[in-house]
Formats: sequence, C-alpha cells, structure tokens
Amino acid sequence: MSDVAVLGAGMHPWGKWGLSFVEYGRAAARAALADAALGWPDVDSVVGADTVRCGYPGYVAGATFAQALGWQGARVTSVYAACASGAQAVSTARAQILAGLADVVLVVGADAAPKGFFAPAGGERPDDPDWLRFRVLGATNPAYFALYARRRMALHGDTLDDFARVKVKNAAAGALNPLARYRTAVSAEDVAASPVVADPLRLLDICATSDGGAALVLSSMEFARRHGHRNPVRIRAVSTVTPTYPKALLDLPDIATDSTAAVSPPPHTFRAAIARAAYEEAGVGPGDLSLAEVYDLSTALELEWYEDIGLCGAGEGAKLVRDGVTALGGRVPVNTSGGLGSFGEAVPAQAVAQVCELTWQLRGTAGSRQVRGARVGIAANQGLFGHGSAVVAVR
Amino acid sequence: MTRTRRPVVAGWFTDDVPEGDFRLLGTRCTACGAVFFPREDSWCRNPGCPGGGELVEAPLSRRGRVWSYTDGRYRPPAPYVSDPDAPWEPYTLIAVELAAEGMVVLGQAAPGVRTSDLTVGMEVEVVPGVLNEDEEHTWTTWHWRPVPRPPAPRPAVHARVAQDPA
Repeated sequence: MSDVAVLGAGMHPWGKWGLSFVEYGRAAARAALADAALGWPDVDSVVGADTVRCGYPGYVAGATFAQALGWQGARVTSVYAACASGAQAVSTARAQILAGLADVVLVVGADAAPKGFFAPAGGERPDDPDWLRFRVLGATNPAYFALYARRRMALHGDTLDDFARVKVKNAAAGALNPLARYRTAVSAEDVAASPVVADPLRLLDICATSDGGAALVLSSMEFARRHGHRNPVRIRAVSTVTPTYPKALLDLPDIATDSTAAVSPPPHTFRAAIARAAYEEAGVGPGDLSLAEVYDLSTALELEWYEDIGLCGAGEGAKLVRDGVTALGGRVPVNTSGGLGSFGEAVPAQAVAQVCELTWQLRGTAGSRQVRGARVGIAANQGLFGHGSAVVAVR
Repeated sequence: MTRTRRPVVAGWFTDDVPEGDFRLLGTRCTACGAVFFPREDSWCRNPGCPGGGELVEAPLSRRGRVWSYTDGRYRPPAPYVSDPDAPWEPYTLIAVELAAEGMVVLGQAAPGVRTSDLTVGMEVEVVPGVLNEDEEHTWTTWHWRPVPRPPAPRPAVHARVAQDPA
C-alpha cells in the first residue's frame, strides 16, 4: 500500500494581513503540529513550497520555515511547481516517507501576494514566454480564463448565469469557513453588477490574490498506528504529471499551442490527464468521490474541472451546477472550502490548503460545511509552465 | 521626428512586405513535420521525432478561424506599454485556429475590432500592425482581422444557406 497518514492540518486565515510569508507559514506549521499532537522536534523532514514571484520561484521556503521554527536538524527540501507547488511538496514528503527516509514530514506553503494582476519579472526578457505574452499581447491571466469561458459559451451553450451560479455556490460555502478571506454570501445580481475584467468574465468571476499559509503533518502508516491513530486520513495518490506532446489546448502563458500537424493530440487534455493519473494510482474513480476541491481561478474554469475530473462528460459541467449536484448537500460537493473564489490565491499555499479541506471533511470535522459520510476526496489544480497536480485522500 | 520601424520580436513575422504577403513565421522540422510558433530554432520538441532533420522557417497560414476571443478592460502591467496619462482603451485578443498547422495562435485584433464584432468559428486573417511607439521606434506586430465578407451574391431563393462561407 502506498498510503501515508495525515496526522495534522493547519492554516493561517487567508486575507491581506500585511505580514511576511514566513509568519503565515510558521503559524500554519504550528497549527498543524498542534493538530497532530506532535512537537517540532518530532519532525524528521520539512518540505516548503517556494513563494511565487512573477510566475517564478521567489523566496526559498523549506529552510526559511525550518529556521523560523528553530533549527533542529531536520532534512530540508524546497520545491517550485507554480500553482502545483504545494502538491509537489506533499508529493516529495510522501516519497520520503514511502522510501523510509523519514517517519514524520512537515509540509508548508505560504505567501504574501502582491495586489492586482500577476505581472512578469522586470527588465527585458525576450526569451521568457511569460514576459513575452505581456509585452506582445498584454495577455493577463484573466484574459486566458476569459478565452476558455467564451469558448465554453460557444461550444456548450454555457451562460453568464451558469458562471454566476458557481460564484454564488462557492461564496455560500466560503461564508461557513472561518479560514476563508471572503465570507459573505454573493448573489447572481452581485456578480452581474461587478465590472467586466475580460469579456465575458466579471470581477466576481475571477479569483483574487491573497496572503495565506497552510501546513500538513504527514507520517508513515506505521508511525501513525504506533501513536494511536487507528484510522487516520490517508493520502493515497499524488499526481504531478506533465503534459503530453502535442499540448493542443492554449495554456497560459503560451502565445500558441503545440502543432498537431505531425502528431495527433493525446486522447485527454492536460487537466484531465492530471486527474486520471491520480485516480489510477489510487485505484478509485470519479464515481467514488464524496467531494472535490478544484482550482477555480475563474467560475467558468470550475465547470471545466467538473469534466476534467470525470464528474460528467465534456460540455456537461454547467448542468451539474444548475442542478445543485456540486453544491453543499448535492451528490458531489465541489469546493466545500469556498474555493479560490472565497480564499483568493496564495499560490504555494493553495494546493496544501486544498488537502487541509479534504482532511477535515474526511475526518468529519468540517462543521457547518461538512459533507456527510465523506470517504474519498480529490484536490486538483493546474498552473504555469506545464505544472499541475491532483491528490486523492481517503478514510 | 522619424521613428524606425522595428518588430516587437525579431523573426516572428515578415517585415516590410505588402499587406497581402504578411505572414507569421514559425519553423518546421524537416524530419517529422512538426511546426513551431513562436519559432523554435534550436531543436525539435516532438519527443517522437526520428531526429536528423533541421528546423526551417515556415510561414504560417494567413487565414484561420476564431477559437475564442476576449478583451482587456484594465491596463495590463509592464512590460505591456501604454501611456499611463491617457484613458485606457481596451484591446481585443483573438485566439485563432490554423487548420494546416493544427495550432491555435493568439494575437491582438486590428484596431477598432470589438468583441461584439466576433464569433467563435469566424474567419480571420493576419495583418501587420503597430503595438506601440516610443521616441525612436514604431514597434510592429501582427493583428487578426475578420475577413471582409464578399458582397452577397444575387439572392437565390432556394440557395440562401450556400451563401454562408464554409
């Protein structure tokens, strides 16, 4: 069995607190350790997800958190995988545990994000695709989200009302989550009254940037048993696959897709491949899911994810939100945490926060947003430069 | 004051040619036929390429169909160049599907083209354009522009459907 146990989960509330990412990460780490009833000296290894600055790795995370918590000699790793950084930190921790290199690993992701559009690094960088898309096209991240949204409207008949339904649903869940940044209900009228950022998407369709921190304490199943955790939440799969050539779907920060002139495109899109790899590794399928946390960088993108993680067929995503299938109380609630729409994105912390939510739901301690009888959850995301991840957790 | 015309990125499109000859310039691998835009001059990125070929310049199709489109209602951050003192004028972005190359290429729309002028599937063509000007340079780029519809043929009562360009 390739399970690892989740002994502790902790977060610093998302917001704009004006503090350093170190403070958020340290607070989240201490919360996760307290949740696990373990001390920092019990940790064999710490894996930090680097902050993200202008799309690229920013501050070194692993050693920074180790120093902030007080040097105690633990093995240290720092990882960068854009929006999937947090999941790659989980993946690294899991690999160390399964390889017998560590019994207890602390995973931490935290960031203090600048306000407004994510911007590329300064200076003249004509070899940097992220710099070029801003210089040549002015193509911001919301521009790409808007291209996907418009394409859905043309292909599948999705409407602005469908996109607003996603926001209304996620805001309702976020209102129940004390760790979320935005905790007020949002109506479809509120969405429609917010300014258009990139046609057809409005401000309330697009996730903000936030400060936040999230941490997990992972251990071997044997360590968990020895310490009295008879039935811990388990991480059963972590997928961090890269795309397969030719990547035929326009992806940020690309100016063009790969060409399908020489090679036919793979049968599944990159996002779908990320989820499929996790299902295969975990030996479960979409039909087994109790809940899912997906990367709703925009409302319309959440509908794409429904299809990518196999909740429905291509083009059927809007029907799920219309029918309430993915709302709290529905058959497969999605983004019970409130999602990025309620949190805002703190890039290296976000994928860790998704697993925190799965953990609390699978333990049955998610309070008023609890999914009854939750047994299997998936968390999925995708980011710049061919990064993406999916984590399957079970209990 | 005379400004020098310079492409915003060298080698991505034909320079100083009549509008009808304007093309985006990619590269094509002579071993496997894979096409790259932006141009890849160093190595072929097709993992199944048998190797041994070279990357030769390949002008891309002049026309394609709208895959999707949007606009930018807010001023993008640098290095996008805009006059901070002038009111922001949204630009339109079009993602265009090129059938022969099997790829989608982004670009700004020609000035004056609004999202309300566009539909997914509409035919567009690449035309030379100006991205911005500074004291020394006129920075040139490519734009996508809807293909002007030919004047409608004489109405034929039973053949109206055929007027819609395929």
